[in-house]
Amino acid sequence: MIDSFAFNIPFISIFMAMIAAIITPLLPKRNRIPEKLSCWVIFIIGMLSAYLLYALTNSGQSLSFNFKMGHFPAPYGNELRAGPLEAVLSLFFSFSMLLSLTGNFSSTEEDIAPNRRQIFCVLINLLMASLLALTYTNDIFTAYVFIEINTIAACSIVAVKESPETARAALRYLVMSLVGSGLVLIAICLLYDLTGHLLMQNMHTAIQALVATKSYIMPLTVSLALITTGLAVKSALYPFAFWLPDAHGSSTNTSSAILSGLVLKGHIFLLIKIFYRVFGLDVIHILRMDTVIFILGLLAMIMGSVHALRQTNVKRMIAWSSVAQVGYIFLGVGLNTPAGIAAACLHIIVHACVKPMLFTAAGGLSNAAGHKKGLHALMGTFYSNVWAGLGLITGAFSMMGIPAFAGFASKLSLTMASFDHPVIVWSLAALAASSVLNALYYVPAVIVILTHNKNMNNNFSAPPPTRLYKISMTCFLAMNFYLGLFCMPLLRLITRGVNVL
Amino acid sequence: MNEEIKAIWRSFYDWVVGNGPRPENEVIPDEPPPDLPFTRKPKDKFSRFHEATLKERYNQWMEIHGLHMFSALYSGISVLTCIVIVSLLLATVAELPPFGDERNPANNEVIRRYVERGGKETGAQNIVAGLILDYRAFDTFGESAVLFTAAVSVLMLLGASRRNNADDEQAMKGNDSGKNFMQRGPPSVRLHTFRRDDAILRGVASLSMPVIMMMGCVVVINGHLSPGGGFSGGAILSTALILCANAYGFERVHSFFNERTFITTSSTALMIYALSKGYSFFTGANDIHSVIPKGTIGNILSGGLILPLNICVGLIVAGTLYGFYALFSEGEI
Repeated sequence: MIDSFAFNIPFISIFMAMIAAIITPLLPKRNRIPEKLSCWVIFIIGMLSAYLLYALTNSGQSLSFNFKMGHFPAPYGNELRAGPLEAVLSLFFSFSMLLSLTGNFSSTEEDIAPNRRQIFCVLINLLMASLLALTYTNDIFTAYVFIEINTIAACSIVAVKESPETARAALRYLVMSLVGSGLVLIAICLLYDLTGHLLMQNMHTAIQALVATKSYIMPLTVSLALITTGLAVKSALYPFAFWLPDAHGSSTNTSSAILSGLVLKGHIFLLIKIFYRVFGLDVIHILRMDTVIFILGLLAMIMGSVHALRQTNVKRMIAWSSVAQVGYIFLGVGLNTPAGIAAACLHIIVHACVKPMLFTAAGGLSNAAGHKKGLHALMGTFYSNVWAGLGLITGAFSMMGIPAFAGFASKLSLTMASFDHPVIVWSLAALAASSVLNALYYVPAVIVILTHNKNMNNNFSAPPPTRLYKISMTCFLAMNFYLGLFCMPLLRLITRGVNVL
Repeated sequence: MNEEIKAIWRSFYDWVVGNGPRPENEVIPDEPPPDLPFTRKPKDKFSRFHEATLKERYNQWMEIHGLHMFSALYSGISVLTCIVIVSLLLATVAELPPFGDERNPANNEVIRRYVERGGKETGAQNIVAGLILDYRAFDTFGESAVLFTAAVSVLMLLGASRRNNADDEQAMKGNDSGKNFMQRGPPSVRLHTFRRDDAILRGVASLSMPVIMMMGCVVVINGHLSPGGGFSGGAILSTALILCANAYGFERVHSFFNERTFITTSSTALMIYALSKGYSFFTGANDIHSVIPKGTIGNILSGGLILPLNICVGLIVAGTLYGFYALFSEGEI
């Protein structure tokens, strides 16, 4: 058994983030107190998650536990659930969130009006709380409530930068996101009517019984399709992804990093939990949803990169690349095997580390070019901000899947997962094509920033990167190389987590 | 060195082509500067009267008819999608278990326990209040947090920026830095003009406002005894505030309810909710004895934490709904 402190960590992390969000409006605005509070709270949550992970792996037999929220046991009250997978995800989510905040500290101060920064911190804390709750929840309605918080907070951190493009992007994001929430809510109502439960394992039992007796197959299929579509809209699976480049490309760098790296992932992990813990992989296969997800994943991998090729704005290019990377994750989910889901989870972590780094690096580079975001304006900026340049190069290599970089680990495990699967030809071909396409737009970007710009005007001197920026970028690079070089223990941990999910 | 090689190469080229030796004083034009990558160069048109290509004609045609075609196509596809989704959902609903049947899966041990033992376990006569504020209090905490999130977001987007506009511009003039400053929206325009001499509205408001306030308080405070609770009571309270604002003007409401009070009340109420329920969750999960008494069912002081939680939720809802009204109609609270 695990010790009583580790047992309380899921509850403590969610409530810490919540209470930090609630108390921030009451704090004084001076001395950057709200920003510091958010950073420290997220740091402590990360440390707690690391301890939880340590305690879970050393606990012997029982790798996961349920935490009842209140005095009433599970089907009557709410429940949280923690296993190695949840602990790993919250660990990486919190550190990635922390580094996105610290790395873009100065650009946030430039982009956001002073009187909005306090509420921006409130929204960041709420996003953190909702991500943790989506990760830990064992109850599908609690998940819906925190999806709502997540939606509102995510749209607001796009709109926090005042400009016509962000207003348009936030509105578009809000509409798409609400369509997704609505579909999820309808699906939850249908599922409750069919199963009579909201707790995941009880729903699982009821659904297995329904499928075994072949009753209510049609409503079950519809509800599965609705919940998948809803969460796919929110996590920007390709045909529903057209809101993403606007929202992620035009917002401030912190928001882009957090939205791309983390907010999408919370919904994908919820979908994985619903597939694995509510329906069960066999039912997903019977209802044919795995094929749909697989095909959409393939489409996203190719089309995301094709759209990225046409971009001239570096942030929009990285945003479209997120669409392709989400495709990889859904490819793993669509394989519908524990190995596939483990590979998808590894890719969630890899992308949660690499994409914030890319956005932070792009922000630093465009800062060095005088706030220009066009790719041609970034020529030679490597030499004025080496840290950002290193970040962009590492991130680009990682997205292409060069060995020793983080993306290689997850692409390798995706390949291995599809080996004993009939769709191997398709997934290998798509992986190869998508990697080449990734290279087609990332390599020119790398070449551009490394090319000396002869006709750069020397009057403009960019501010040098701050110390906080350098430290954050170093941490990002370290995380990246850790994932690329030593991913096997992590993958084993994730596989154990998936097995007890 | 480089020039010499070029000269040798050039003479070699001339020898191959048969040009003969070049004059000594020939001026070789510089190479044009390379195009910047990732930029598009407009194509030169070589002839003045060139015939429009097929692509150009298509573009021209699209410019004239494109929007019209697009909107027609868009509405057609939307209607089709809606019809498909509506018929699919209707077909699904027709397949569901019949409404109100006692053998429905939803009538299981969970509902039975809520109905049979809800009063005894939560101390609340109103089972719904016991259900949402005790059995599933974490969800309700999330719902209150949704309102809080929405309130602070709207306040940030509509309120804070407009009001401090003048201050900011003053500050900007003081230290003009090279920061790219965001375009600001137009200054807030009063959408709702209010007549000072509307005697009927004022008379009715002065009569009905206390009643509405009392009604709201009763619904909130009796939430654990009778139908109602924080959400419905808070909505009633907010109507009293909105009525006051309409009859007497927003300035009157400002005297007791401004942005600062709004933020302070919402945060404090949610904080009390979080801390008290956090204590309850913590003791429940770790099987520690909780000091909160349940009380006798039916008394006003019963139901454990439900009464204070209802008051917190009521304050949040009242503040948020009035805040939305004020921000959207007036641009400030």
